[in-house]
Amino acid sequence: MSQATMTQDTTPAPAPRTNTLAGKSLPRWSPIGFAAVSIALAVGLGTVAGWQSKMQWGLLAALFFVVLTYTAASAVEGKRQAKDRVATSVMWVCFILAVVPLASLLWTTVGRGIKVLDGYFLTHSMAGVPGFEAGGGVYHALIGTVEQVGLATLFAAPIGLLTAVYLVEYGRGTLAKAVTFFVDVMTGIPSIVAGLFLLSIMLMFKLQPSGFMGALALAILMVPVVVRSTEEMLKLVPNELREASLALGVPKWRTILKVVLPTAIGGITTGVMLAIARIAGETAPIMLLVFGTQLINSNPFDGAQSSLPFYIWEQYRVGSDASYDRAWAAALVLIAFVMILNLVARGIARWKAPKTGR
Amino acid sequence: MAKRIDVSGLSAFYGTHKAIDDISMTVEPRSVTAFIGPSGCGKSTFLRTLNRMHEVTPGGRVEGKVLLDDENLYASNVDPVSVRRTVGMVFQRPNPFPTMSIFDNVAAGLRLNGSYKKSELADIVEKSLKGANLWNEVKDRLNKPGSGLSGGQQQRLCIARAIAVEPQVLLMDEPCSALDPISTLAIEDLIGELKERFTIVIVTHNMQQAARVSDRTAFFNLAAVGQPGKLIEIDETERIFSNPSVQATEDYISGRFG
Repeated sequence: MSQATMTQDTTPAPAPRTNTLAGKSLPRWSPIGFAAVSIALAVGLGTVAGWQSKMQWGLLAALFFVVLTYTAASAVEGKRQAKDRVATSVMWVCFILAVVPLASLLWTTVGRGIKVLDGYFLTHSMAGVPGFEAGGGVYHALIGTVEQVGLATLFAAPIGLLTAVYLVEYGRGTLAKAVTFFVDVMTGIPSIVAGLFLLSIMLMFKLQPSGFMGALALAILMVPVVVRSTEEMLKLVPNELREASLALGVPKWRTILKVVLPTAIGGITTGVMLAIARIAGETAPIMLLVFGTQLINSNPFDGAQSSLPFYIWEQYRVGSDASYDRAWAAALVLIAFVMILNLVARGIARWKAPKTGR
Repeated sequence: MAKRIDVSGLSAFYGTHKAIDDISMTVEPRSVTAFIGPSGCGKSTFLRTLNRMHEVTPGGRVEGKVLLDDENLYASNVDPVSVRRTVGMVFQRPNPFPTMSIFDNVAAGLRLNGSYKKSELADIVEKSLKGANLWNEVKDRLNKPGSGLSGGQQQRLCIARAIAVEPQVLLMDEPCSALDPISTLAIEDLIGELKERFTIVIVTHNMQQAARVSDRTAFFNLAAVGQPGKLIEIDETERIFSNPSVQATEDYISGRFG
């Protein structure tokens, strides 16, 4: 008690001071306000200057927005908040710049592709349909894509998965380093080079073009993507889980099979699906190795097949309105194909992911 | 069931770095032996050499002998996998398998090592969970994921998982360091019960815990940072805490250093 009185006696009474924690701040709606003002400014300036491109208007608006935000915020709120607001707005601008082309692409494809996309289009080939006339369908190309991509996945997914398991669980020393290096190099192989490589083999052994040859080229492109993504996922599995399993007297291979892979299965599936999405759009190896056809050929081991990217290119080359429509519709089918695969992968990933509920 | 461990002239290395130097000791069966000592003195490394987990670490290497009832664990024809089935281990941080339910976690060691009938498994799981004093808390949610339990429950789940494979020896590497006092008490009680059936070796930083749970205590120390850890002395816990024969032990236990 006496201590407290002492302290009170010796310390001078605190001077009345202003509250330093709360400062002035811009109203909540200010970003929207700035956006409206800068868009109006940009449109006005663009019209006066006679700029036709909406792109220039948009970039000008973004620039105005950032500058306006910074000046207003530094005048009212201070330097640090101004920087914060600028960083936030730059982030938003980048986000919009990234999303706009994507949304626009999807919008155009859906808008133009939906015209001829129907049950008939999905179930008929181009057999007997002159390219410049309406009619015909995408069935032969869809079959080709499904089979070629399916075969490629069948080759590439196990090879890629096992390579990643080797690199993460067993690989030490020079061999592992060499494998990592070559996987990195392979990631950068242009698809046409993979196509040419298999074309040379095809000519050497006097083989005929077939979906199988195309699938081999696609598999070459797919392996490094699968290795890379699976490797990253396996590295994320905590070492404690491996040790817990080993300490129970479980052999290493069973530990990998029953503990490590199930823990990472969600990420691995997503990685494989992304790899599939990457190869589903490849045209060059298909042109060289599968040759393309107007007819339905559901046997990937014998004779020419078509595929969706090849079909799009083929239809676009014909150059009539009807063929343009078909090209867009095929593009829509391809996007839907990849999107459905992606959704399935996400579903599997969520279903298999480590459970956290009580 | 429980087996005696005889260690003689054991050194462990990480690459070229010697982590522990020339350790010899005997661990009595059906008793609790505690390892105490400052961080980095090689307690955990030594513990991991007792079930050949040390060599799992890249660069890990061991010299010397560990006899488990006259059988050398480091003989050239010994399979580390069967060693680990005989000498179980509980880790510092609870590490239940995240993809598995409570039931599957306990059954993991058995299921991953061979085929069992479902009814057989259910019996073993119940027995192990009861052995780990966890049965009453989880019996209604055996199918829920193991990672949904509290930290103390997870650690007891890991103990249940370790004793489900019926090891001879149970190694515990600071099993309570991530737990609150109540969970710690639950685990200490459990250790007291488990020593009827297993040989238990426990690493701990908590001197009171060593005094409470162990029959014998070993004190490890290292001359300086970067030097290998050494066994200073091992004796009855009572003697170590009341009248140790080496001055360094007394200094460490009473909190005086240097």
